[in-house]
Formats: sequence, C-alpha cells, structure tokens
Amino acid sequence: MKIAVLLKRVPDTETRIKLAGTKIDETGVKFIANPYDEFAIEAGLQLKQKSGGEMVAISLGPDSVQETIRTALAMGADRGLHLKTDGQPYDTLSVAQALAAELKGYDLILLGKMAIDDYNHAMAPALAELLGLPCVSAVTALTIDGTKGTAEREVEGGLEVLSFSLPAVISTDKGLNKPRLPTLPGIMAAKKKPMESKPAALGAARVSVRALTLPPERPAGRIIGEGAAAVPELIRLLQTEAKVL
Amino acid sequence: MILAFAESRGTTLRKAAFEAVTAARELGDDVHAIIAGPSGIAAQASQLDASRVLVAEHPGFAQYNPEATAALVAERVKTGGYRAVFFVSTAQGRDLAPRVAAKLGAAFAPDVTSVATNGEEIVVTHPVYSGKAIATLVLTGTPAVIAARPSTFQPARTDSASPSVETIAPVGDPSASRVVVTALKIGGGGKLDVSEAAIVVSGGRGLKGPEHFNLVEDLAASFGNAAVGASRAVVDAGWRPHSDQVGQTGKVVSPDLYVAVGISGAIQHLAGMRTAKTIVAINRDKDAPIFKVADYGIVGDAFEIVPALAAAVREARRSG
Amino acid sequence: MDNLDFYAVDTSLSEEERAVRDSVRRFVDERVLPIIGHCYVEGRFPKELIPEMGALGLFGANLPEEYGCAGLNNVAYGLIMQELERGDSGVRSFASVQGSLVMYPIFAFGSEEQKRRYLPLMATGEVIGCFGLTEPDFGSNPAGMITTAKEQGDGSYVLNGAKMWITNGSTAHVAIIWAKTGTDQDSIRGFLVPTDTRGFTAKDQKGKLSLRASDTSEIVLQDVCVPKGNLLPKSGGLKSPLMCLTQARYGISWGALGAAMACFEEATSYAKQRVMFDRPIGGFQLQQLRLAEMLTEIVKAQLLVLHLGRLKDAGTYTPQQVSLAKRNNVNMATDIAREARRLLGANGILAEYASMRHMENLESVYTYEGTHDVHTLILGQAITGLNAFN
Repeated sequence: MKIAVLLKRVPDTETRIKLAGTKIDETGVKFIANPYDEFAIEAGLQLKQKSGGEMVAISLGPDSVQETIRTALAMGADRGLHLKTDGQPYDTLSVAQALAAELKGYDLILLGKMAIDDYNHAMAPALAELLGLPCVSAVTALTIDGTKGTAEREVEGGLEVLSFSLPAVISTDKGLNKPRLPTLPGIMAAKKKPMESKPAALGAARVSVRALTLPPERPAGRIIGEGAAAVPELIRLLQTEAKVL
Repeated sequence: MILAFAESRGTTLRKAAFEAVTAARELGDDVHAIIAGPSGIAAQASQLDASRVLVAEHPGFAQYNPEATAALVAERVKTGGYRAVFFVSTAQGRDLAPRVAAKLGAAFAPDVTSVATNGEEIVVTHPVYSGKAIATLVLTGTPAVIAARPSTFQPARTDSASPSVETIAPVGDPSASRVVVTALKIGGGGKLDVSEAAIVVSGGRGLKGPEHFNLVEDLAASFGNAAVGASRAVVDAGWRPHSDQVGQTGKVVSPDLYVAVGISGAIQHLAGMRTAKTIVAINRDKDAPIFKVADYGIVGDAFEIVPALAAAVREARRSG
Repeated sequence: MDNLDFYAVDTSLSEEERAVRDSVRRFVDERVLPIIGHCYVEGRFPKELIPEMGALGLFGANLPEEYGCAGLNNVAYGLIMQELERGDSGVRSFASVQGSLVMYPIFAFGSEEQKRRYLPLMATGEVIGCFGLTEPDFGSNPAGMITTAKEQGDGSYVLNGAKMWITNGSTAHVAIIWAKTGTDQDSIRGFLVPTDTRGFTAKDQKGKLSLRASDTSEIVLQDVCVPKGNLLPKSGGLKSPLMCLTQARYGISWGALGAAMACFEEATSYAKQRVMFDRPIGGFQLQQLRLAEMLTEIVKAQLLVLHLGRLKDAGTYTPQQVSLAKRNNVNMATDIAREARRLLGANGILAEYASMRHMENLESVYTYEGTHDVHTLILGQAITGLNAFN
C-alpha cells in the first residue's frame, strides 16, 4: 500500500502569542507537528503494519519543516518529502495545488482535519477535489479492507457512518487513535532515511492576511454573591441585563 | 446576487441554513438559497428569508452526499453568476465548502465571524491560534466561497418571506457517489450538540464525580433548550464523552449563555467558550481564573447553588 | 521567554537531542505524572511502565545499536535522565540502574557472549537487573566489602555475603554482584547472578520515607553457586564498579536538574495563580527572591551538565568532573525542592503537588552514588593532592 501523510509545522499554542504585523512573533515559540496530523501518522503506520507498503511524510514550508518530517520518520514513516516555500502561505487552495502535484499514485492520503494555527479545516476536501479522489473528513474511526473503507465522523448530535473506495483522501480527528511517541532508536534511524527537498509549485493565492489583531477583551465581570442566596440576583441579571432568560 | 447553502438533515432545515442566509445578507439584499434533500424538503423552502430558493430533491440526498451536493452547488454558482456562496462551518459545511471552492478555483474563507466589502474585495474576520488572535482576510476574485462560524450570525427565520421556489435537477447521479453515508446515529434521545445550542451548561472537576453530572443535566433541562458540555479534565477522566468537550482540543462554542459549573477556567477551556455572549461561573474557589472572564460569578458550593438555580430558572420561565 | 531555558541552552542542542528530550518529556507527562503521586504514597514502583520504557529505548540508551540499544550520545542520555526525574527520582533510578549499573558493566567488562545474551533483552526491559556493591556495613567505603566469591576446582564460584540498598533488587532477574575473590580490593570482581539461583534472596526494605516509588532491597547470598561463564571477565579491582558509578553519577547530575526544574515550574505556576492579600503571591518580594535563586541555580546547573556531556562525548571527561556535577546539582536541587515546598504553603504538603515528593526523594539522591560529603573529599583530593578520606 502506498500511503502519504501530510504534516504541518505549527506553533505550540501552549505558548503565548505575540503579534508582529500579519504574522506572529516567532522568537521563543516552540514549534510542533500539528497534533491532528499525528493521528494521521499513527493511522498510516497502523495500516502499513497490517498491509505492508510504504509511507511517505510530506510537509510544505521553509527548511525548518524538515524537523517535523523527521518526527514522522522517527515514528516509522519510510521517507520524507519537503516542498519548500518562504514561510507558510495562508491560502488553502494555493497550497493544495502544490501538494496535489506530488500526490499522484497513492492509495491513501492522510492528514489532520485542521491545523491548530489557521483553524481552516479545509485542506482534505479541497485536495481531494483537485486530485479527483473521494474524501472523508474528520474521521474518528477508520477501517480499510483492500480497496474498500468505512469511517465514522462526528456531526452535531450524532455520528455519520460512511463507506468509500480507495484511493482516497482522509482527514483525521481526535479520538481516532493514540499516536505513538517517537522512540529513541526511531529518532536515530530517522536521520538516515531519505529526505527529498524541492521547491513547491504554489497555485495562485486569492486569500491573504490583511491584519492580525488580538481579540477584544471581555469587559470585566463580577462576582455577584455567595451560595444559593445569590441565585435570585443572577436570575434578575439574566433577565434584565443579559436578556437571555 | 449571493447564494446561501441551506443545510438540511432528512426533510428538516438545520439552524445553519438560516445562519447562512443572514451571513449572505452582509454582502447584499438579493440572496438566493439552495437546498439538496430527499422528496418533501421543498416544503421547507418558504421559511428561508431569500428571494428565491433552488431545491434539488432526490433520494440520493436522504443523507449527506458530499460529492453530489458539491457538484450541485458549484454548478449553480457558476451558471447563476453569483458573487459569492455562503455556508456555515458545521461538520457538513467544513466538508462541503472547500470542495465547492476547489471546484470553482475560488477564494475561500471558513469559520468567519464578520463579512464586509471593500470595493471589489470581500473582507472577513476569522479566529486563529485557538482564538488567541483574529485574522482579517481579504478575498479576491469572483465568486468567493465563505463559511460562517456556527452560532455567530443570527438565524434569519421568517414567517413573512415568500421566496419563489424553483425545482432544479441534481448534477450527475447522486446515487453514484463514491462516498456514501450509510447511517446516521443520533446520540441518546436527540441530545442537543454543544456547538449548536443557544445555551450551554458545562461541568468540570469541581463536580467531584461522574454521578454528580445529573446536576448539570438538570440545570440544562431547566433552560429548555440547553446542551451539556464538559471540561477536558472530566472527558479525560472518562466521565463524559469527547463530543461534549468544550475547549481548545474539543469544541469551540459561541452560545448566548454559557454556564460553567465547577470549572476552574484553564486557558485551554476559555479558548473554547470565551466568545459566548454571557458567561456565568459557579465555583467554590473565588480565585479561580474562570471568574475573570465570567460576566456573573457565584462563589460557593455547586451542590447547593445549582439545584437552587435550576429551580429558579424553571420558575422564571414558567412565570415569564 | 521560557523559564526553563533562560539561557537558550536549546540552541546548543542538536535536533536529535531535542527530539529525544521531547519524546521522553511527553512519556513522563502522559504516563508517569498521572500516577506517580499515588505510587509514591502507596510505596510502589510502577512496574507496568517498564515495557513502554523499554519500547521507547530508555534503557542503556547510550550503548551501541548492535546490542539493541539506541546508540545515543551522552548529552541525549543526560536529557533522558533529566526528563525522567522531572517525573520522579524513583523512576529515573530504575533507568539509571538498568542502564548505567547493569547494562554498562556487561558492556564494559563482559564477554561478547554475555553482551549478546543480556543486552538486547535488558534494552527492552524483558530482563531487569540490579547492581550489588553496597553492603550493610560498607557504604561510602566499598573497598571494605566482605562479600566473597571463592573459586572452585571447576572454575565456578561460590558467593557469600549481603548487599543492601539495592534498587530493583526484588524485581531483578539478574544481579551484578561485586565480591572479593581474595582479601583486598584488587581482588574485587563482578558476577552475573540470576536471582533465582539457590541461596539468593532479595527482600524489599520497608519503612522508607524517601524514594518510595522505587524498590529498594536487601540481598543475601548464601552459598550461591555461579558457573565460570558468569564472571565478568574484564572486571578487576574496585576500579570496575567505580567506573559504573561514574556512569550513573553522570546521569544523576542531569536527573537532579530535572527534579529542580519540576519544582521550580510548580512553584512559579503556583506563585502566579495563588492570590493572598489581594494579589498573586508571585508579586511579593520574598517569593520573587526564592524564584530568582531557583532560576539562577538551574541555569548554572544546565550549562554545567551540558558542557560535561560534550566532554564525555569527546572522551576526555574525568570522574572528578562528574563528582563536581553530581555534588552541585543534587545539592542545589534539594534546596530548590525545599524552597518550592515552602512557597506552596499548606498545599505544599499534599501529594497532589510534586515539590515535597521531590524534596524527600532528593535526600536519597544526595546520599547514594557517593554522598555529598564523599564527593567533597574527591574534589578536595583533586585540588590539593591530599587524601582526606582516612
């Protein structure tokens, strides 16, 4: 089975965000593999262990993303592909076109449902369209049997069960699996696995970031009282001030 | 002209259908809507505050049909010469809108919190970095594909609209899709999802154990239309399912009212609910960080306060 | 600014070193921290973690790949110890013993056959070992040991004696026992003793108020017969076990730093959140003094062990350099743990918070692998050339 896993290098959002123009100030920011992509890596590795085959880890961005690709190699991917750009382009479709150019001939393309920096939730379906492939997004369960697959995804108030055929693009959600930690021998082996680097052929960008701002501060709230005795006052405020009751 | 995708499930329109119409009105008054559903869905069309509603009825649309729906909407946008098409970033919208955008080669912005024009440009805002920053994005070219953040635009439901309803044919054969929804399992008894409810009551570790979540459920029930949410701590402890989790790694919600019971207010949780219109916090620790974001806070024992509050809410709703 | 990397030591680490550190950190966060408070109170070592630790490659990580080990450099090895002890000294002790005190002597003094038989299985944690040097009456003075190994006609040995304070003693499948084949310290040799050998008993020492999430045992050897093939052929004299101790002490210098970091992080977080007299206690001068002292000692310790690790990798480090690092880092960690405990106020006595557990653990770390005082004399002798041991 030929499996491709797409990874994004993102800032660890445990760290505080400082704005610098239309980007964030990267000094002191720790970068990690997008957590949703780790579910994709783990899913790919489990399938590879079951059915054999090769898994390629692909990431688009500046040279620093090679470190993220090596995390996937340390977890068990066989080789890496770095598509080189200046910085991280914002436009999903523009990036999807660059990725699509490298994704011919795969049985399964796996990636996280969204990146924790841009929260766009869009790459998998967009990419699948460009490749003319079936796509199931945000899966919380996945089974592949030959060229047939079934998946589950969370929808409002419930769960959709879907069937699809391979080749396909699948995006992964939390709950699909528990990603393995890169083992120490795996980290050492990753250094020796092949890594190709080439310029990314980005498509035209139609979305750009004009500004990045901090969210408006919520006005300071207040503690209106203690214990059950404060309940009547809360009701009054919810009715008259907040008007939600 | 602007097109709004009216999301449906079976023969019912979803709240997102009405939100999409409202969002579309940010760009202009001439709003059309498009629905894909099984036979009988056309009867819902007149609820939409649009001048025209296009309806494609086919058994292949009985469940969400990503490929056929995307093909239908993209085709209509192209042939209809629409300026933009609006979706809502629901589970379905997140899957559908990017497909339409890719088919059209269009500028695409999901999870949008405001929409405006600036000459030929469409300018939107979109929360990024788990809500720690807001990106202002410029979309160029026509058409544009925009998906609104759920619960951000008021659902424009109306009894007085009388749109012209037009039956349209699906594109291709909806029964021949490569991705098929074979079942839709609704969670126990039509449970309201946290990301859709106007009121969310969430519980955290302060409840001491899963058996005490019935207090939170009762308070939610007292409001009538509230969903029950959970902090990450209680989901990780196995007390509540992940689908109830509100926060950075759970769901981001924007209800009218968010009540946090026994939740300390860690940054990761706040990221999931800080855009709620009104926040109420109940916690025994007056220094808990949640009180900094809560509009109204009550300090004390949740086991005392919550039942009293539920009773008072029921009374207020009965007499109000 | 990251409080735990105030001097940007991360920029001096290679990508692999950082990746190793991050993997072990995640393991500790996800698998150790949620249970270790309970284990400590219950007085048990979380044995269920051994297979995962093995799978991760934590045992003997700086030994070569050909023996099933990770083949990491010594800075990476140190980072592993740092991250494990950020979790708990008992967990790190398990790894130190397995790696530096069992796998290392087999690697350094064993035959090829012994290496191939034991090292891969010890790397995965399937075979657990312990190191028997210390005796009830011979701690700081191992040269005086009275455990004997008498050679028999057929080349086998009969061991008699007792060992004490042996980490992993009751869990181990094989013990490395140091015993005198003759009368003086030059006759000390190392023996691989399977713990199910007749005459070998290991019993856990009870009533510990420190290192509670660790198995510490007494070992009694009563006419224990081991075949010739169980002697570590290249071992000879007190020098052999001391070389093992130098390995372990190196790891401990990093480990103690990890404990200090855990306490400092806990104290800082608490100081920013805990409000008293209408503001966070981190805004009061006395608490800021505590935190500034902690930060300063941590930075010094970080730079110290990083440089020591580079020297070890270059093959030029000395045991005295390791003594300085172990002595300094453990001592400063005991101070940081105590001060963190005090900053936490009443909450600081609860097992829910880590500082007091670290504080108690570190008393053992101060005492084992050469007490603080012993290392003082090692340095004294290095400085003056004069032996103040006796």
